[in-house]
Amino acid sequence: MSLLTPNSQVCSWTQALDNPGSLATYVANGGYQALRRVITEQMPGDTIIAELKTSALRGRGGAGFPTGLKWSFMPRAFPGDKYIVCNSDEGEPGTFKDRDILRYNPHQLIEGMAIAGYVLGARVGYNYIHGEIFDCYDIFERALSEAREAGYLGDNLFGTDFCFQLHAHLGYGAYICGEETALLESLEGKKGQPRFKPPFPASFGLYGKPTTINNTETLASVPWIMQHGGQAFLELGKPNNGGPKLFSVSGHVNKPGNYEVPLGTPFSELLEMAGGIRRGHKLKAVIPGGSSAPVLPGDIMMDCTMDFDSIAKAGSMLGSGAVIVMDETVCMVRALERLSYFYYEESCGQCTPCREGTGWMYRVIHRIEHGLGRPEDIELLNSVAGRIGGHTICALGDAAAMPVQSFLKHYGHEFEHHIEHKRCMDGTGH
Amino acid sequence: MAKPDLNDSQRLSAESLALIDVEVAKYPVDQKQSAVMGALRIAQTECGWLKPELIEYVADYLEMPAIAAYEVATFYNMYDTQRPGRHKITLCTNLPCMLMGAGELGEYLKKKLEIGFGETTEDGRFTLKEGECMGACGDAPMCLHNNHVMHTHLTTEKVDELLETLK
Repeated sequence: MSLLTPNSQVCSWTQALDNPGSLATYVANGGYQALRRVITEQMPGDTIIAELKTSALRGRGGAGFPTGLKWSFMPRAFPGDKYIVCNSDEGEPGTFKDRDILRYNPHQLIEGMAIAGYVLGARVGYNYIHGEIFDCYDIFERALSEAREAGYLGDNLFGTDFCFQLHAHLGYGAYICGEETALLESLEGKKGQPRFKPPFPASFGLYGKPTTINNTETLASVPWIMQHGGQAFLELGKPNNGGPKLFSVSGHVNKPGNYEVPLGTPFSELLEMAGGIRRGHKLKAVIPGGSSAPVLPGDIMMDCTMDFDSIAKAGSMLGSGAVIVMDETVCMVRALERLSYFYYEESCGQCTPCREGTGWMYRVIHRIEHGLGRPEDIELLNSVAGRIGGHTICALGDAAAMPVQSFLKHYGHEFEHHIEHKRCMDGTGH
Repeated sequence: MAKPDLNDSQRLSAESLALIDVEVAKYPVDQKQSAVMGALRIAQTECGWLKPELIEYVADYLEMPAIAAYEVATFYNMYDTQRPGRHKITLCTNLPCMLMGAGELGEYLKKKLEIGFGETTEDGRFTLKEGECMGACGDAPMCLHNNHVMHTHLTTEKVDELLETLK
């Protein structure tokens, strides 16, 4: 395994090696070659952006926005400060892939950010790391020190005029900071409350300067693409869904963990890689893209392939690639109650529909779960969810509404049973 | 507003101030406020919690309004603006952890420590908190000890062992 091998282990290849996160391991296996070539050959930014567009790399943080297109929005020639920011604030329930990049392959992220800095005209970058993974923040800080000492970060890289410095910023417990403009507020030392868009970060970002924000896995894919070309990356996946992707598989599987597989891999294969359903149980439901993505019944998932388009067609989102697997024992009312509490707890409080609506939804689901549900509650939940979605500054409102709507759509009978019988359906829950 | 009274007991150690200076150096010179999250974390690690005087001291050190530092200290949930026990155990109970038994572990911890979520034992040894997603769901269930040390793949036996080591 190395960065020079054009296989589908784009971000996770170091894990098969000794000292996977070290600079020595990274450099010995092709690391920082792409950065060196890009900078010393003075490769035009347009060429690199064109390569990214060819690769069909789509944002790995959840939205799936084409990365090349996002980079092209930056006013690259505009004089003055510009920033590249990495979003490692991985707090979407079910998602734990960026943690492994930070732990086992930090230098590929650093290299990707330096290339981004070169293309976008940013001399400074920040990597915003989820507060709860302090050990990964420590590891990343050490990797930054190694890169600085070795001359991969700093002034006049490889003897050219190009200067790029990178810093790590630790969050401290706020899901909302995964939203890019909340993240920028947080980087500025404020409460993480999302900004109204437009203006978009490409024109008014960190400290009011043009800023591009990408996910960890997205940026870590860039050196591979520059090494092997956009076409090779595209061919690892499927049209419009370039490359492989890290899938975080959690819940009722025998081998929870991260699996980096080509986009377009059948869900059934991914499930098999994760050891299948525990204790020989049956698959009941899957949340295919992190807790904010609509839940899908197991039989629908078994017909899906793991890529943006297939999951969207089935009525959900590939999101961050966090696959939460639930077996037949799960009470869907209880599962939704916990998710709704999460959005209620994490709403930043800025927009009334989200601040109040998430609390209403949680309280109604809580009373259904605890045997106090009313027949009209299902309609009430759908109504509240519909009034939050699309009526808030950021997507947290939609993220809170979508689980409610999808659980009711696919598992409404369990909610009705709870309301009528004041307990779970046979075989589920308690 | 009067300047906070910077008596010796409220000052931070030279080591902590040096760490805060490292944070400050990450940001543009006219953007010292960007370092407030790191500075509050460092202050809390040294002092155990963020009492109002300490938040004001940090704000003063970073030349920012105290109210802006309060906003940060009260917005992010890993800052403790109430004094916790010596050992704060934050158990993730979000869906992926719940599927792996975090609900039952939470009940076990509450019974064993004889406190609820958000409470501290009478001897001041433990505070138990319910946490949100820690971004390590493949290793569920898990908890954080004093914000910075994660314990994963928890079972009741592992919880017993952990509590035993925390005096």
